[in-house]
Amino acid sequence: MFVSTEDTLPSFKGFTLIMPAVSVGNVGQLAADLLISTLSMPRAGHFHTDCLIPMAGSNPYVAAAEEAGQPSTNAEVYSRSDLKLAVLQIRTPVLQTKIKSFRKLLVSWIKSSAFSRTVLLSSSQAYQRDDQQLQGTALRYLLSPSLEEQVGEALRQLGWTQLERVSAFPGISDSEQRLYIPGGGITKGLYMDCCTEHLPMAVVLLFCSEGDNVPDAFALCNHLNDWLILVEKPAQGPAPWRIPPSWRLLFGSGIPPLLF
Amino acid sequence: MATFFGEVISVYSRAVEEDDYDNTEEENEDDVQIRREIEEKREVHVRWCQVVSKALESSENLNRIHLIIAVGHNAAGFISAHVLSAADWAQVGWVALWNERSHGSKRPDTAPLPGEPGCVLYQQDSCPSVLICQCTGYVAEDQLFQWAERVLGSVQKRGLSVTVLSDCPLAEYKSPDYMTSSGAPFLRALKTSMHVGTLPCPLLELPNIITGLPAAVLSHCQVHRIPAVLFQCFTDVIHPDSVTMETYKPILSSLSASVKLEASPSTEILQRLTRINDSQSNIYT
Repeated sequence: MFVSTEDTLPSFKGFTLIMPAVSVGNVGQLAADLLISTLSMPRAGHFHTDCLIPMAGSNPYVAAAEEAGQPSTNAEVYSRSDLKLAVLQIRTPVLQTKIKSFRKLLVSWIKSSAFSRTVLLSSSQAYQRDDQQLQGTALRYLLSPSLEEQVGEALRQLGWTQLERVSAFPGISDSEQRLYIPGGGITKGLYMDCCTEHLPMAVVLLFCSEGDNVPDAFALCNHLNDWLILVEKPAQGPAPWRIPPSWRLLFGSGIPPLLF
Repeated sequence: MATFFGEVISVYSRAVEEDDYDNTEEENEDDVQIRREIEEKREVHVRWCQVVSKALESSENLNRIHLIIAVGHNAAGFISAHVLSAADWAQVGWVALWNERSHGSKRPDTAPLPGEPGCVLYQQDSCPSVLICQCTGYVAEDQLFQWAERVLGSVQKRGLSVTVLSDCPLAEYKSPDYMTSSGAPFLRALKTSMHVGTLPCPLLELPNIITGLPAAVLSHCQVHRIPAVLFQCFTDVIHPDSVTMETYKPILSSLSASVKLEASPSTEILQRLTRINDSQSNIYT
C-alpha cells in the first residue's frame, strides 16, 4: 500500500519507475541509493506492506541525525517530477511466504500509478553463469514485449547484451531453453508478471558475488545512465555519483586505538 | 554447503531465495489450504478485558491515550520494578500469538502467567489514559507487521501517542570511534515526524538501524502519523540487569504526572527479574 507523505496523492502518470530487486550482493538496492542520493530526490511516501521485514532508521541521505527529520522505513518512494522519475527503495528482504503477494502488490501499484515504464535493478549469481555468459561484460538486460517495441533497438545500438536463456539440462543439445536468474530474488517472477500483464518493464542486471558490492553498484548505475541519462556524464572520467552517508562503516565500527 | 567434517551448513543469502521458484507457481488445493491454515494459526489477536474494550471503543473518557510498549527483558524488567510496583496497575489485556518459539495459543483465552514470556497490557485505575504493554515473548518476523497493526489498531488513533522502550547489544552499535564498555549502557532515540518535544538522549546516528518489534511499531506510527518515539538502550550485559534498567528512568520523567516511578525498587523484585542468569551460568552453584 502506498502512503503519501503529503495529504494529497502524488501523480506518477508517465513517470519512469526504478526499483531494486533484493538480490545477491544487494546491488540493485545500492544502485537505487546512489540514484536517490545523487539526484537529491525528496521522499514522496512509504510503501507500507506486510510482505517485507520491518526496519526503521534515521534518514539515510542526511548525515546529521538532528537534521534528519523523518525516520525511514523498509520501503519508500522517492520522486522528482521535473525528471519524471520515481525510485522505490526496498531496504529489507521479502518474507519467504509473502513473495507472491508482494509481486502482486507491486504489479497492481505499477498499474494504478500509470508509470510509463519500470526498470528493475537486479543481480544474479556470478558462479552460476554458463560458458557463453562468462565471456565479455557482466551486465545484461531483459525487456518485456511491450517495452521491446519501444526501446529494443536503442538498447541494441548501445551495445547492450540481452540475458541469454540457458538450457534446463546442460550438455543435452536439444534441451529446453529457459530464463534462469539464480540469486535474483523476485526478478524473474516480477518480470514474468509484467510480461503477462503487458506492462513495460526492463530488467537491468549484473552477475556478481556477495562481498563488497559497492563497485558493482557503480557499474550498474553507469550502465543504466548510458541509457536513461539521469546524470550528466563528464567528458572524461565516470559520472559523479554521490555516496549516501548511510554507507559509512560498512565494515563495522572503529578499531581500538590500543591495537597499535 | 557441506564442510570438511561433513556437516551441512545453511549458507546465508541476502537474495531471499536461491533458485527460481517455479515449484511454488504450481500449487494444488491442498497446499493452498495448508498455507491458509498455517496463516490462521499464526495470526495475532489482542484480548482486552470487557470493561476496557468497551471504554476503548467508545473512547469518550480516553481521549489522549499514551501507550508505552516495553520490548525485551530489560525494558520489561524496568517496567516491572520501577513502574508496576509503584502504583495500582491492573492487567487489562494481552496479545495472543503462536509461533515456533512461543506456543501461546495452547491457551488462547488465558493470559500469560507471571514470569511467562508473552505480551501483557496494563492500565491504572486512577489514570486510565496511560497503557503499558510489556512484551517479553518472541514475535516472529512475519507477525511483526500484524502485531503493530492489531495492537495499535485496537486503540483510538486520535490523540494517541506511543513510547517504545527496547534494548540491543552494544556490539550492534556502529560508531566511527571504538566503543569501550565504560560508556554502556546508553540510550539512543528515534522519533516519527509527528513527535514533538525534547528528548533526554541523542538521536540514533547513521548507519544504525532498528529491527524487530520496535521497528514495526515505529513504522506503523510513521505511516499512520501517530506521534511516537523509540528509546533503544545499548548494553554490554547479555542478561537483564538493574544498571541497564536504570537507564530508562529519565524517559518517563516527562510522564511523571500520570506514571509514578519507584526510584529505588526493592532488591527482592530486582533479584527475581535478574535471576534468570544465575543458575545456568555458574558451574559452582
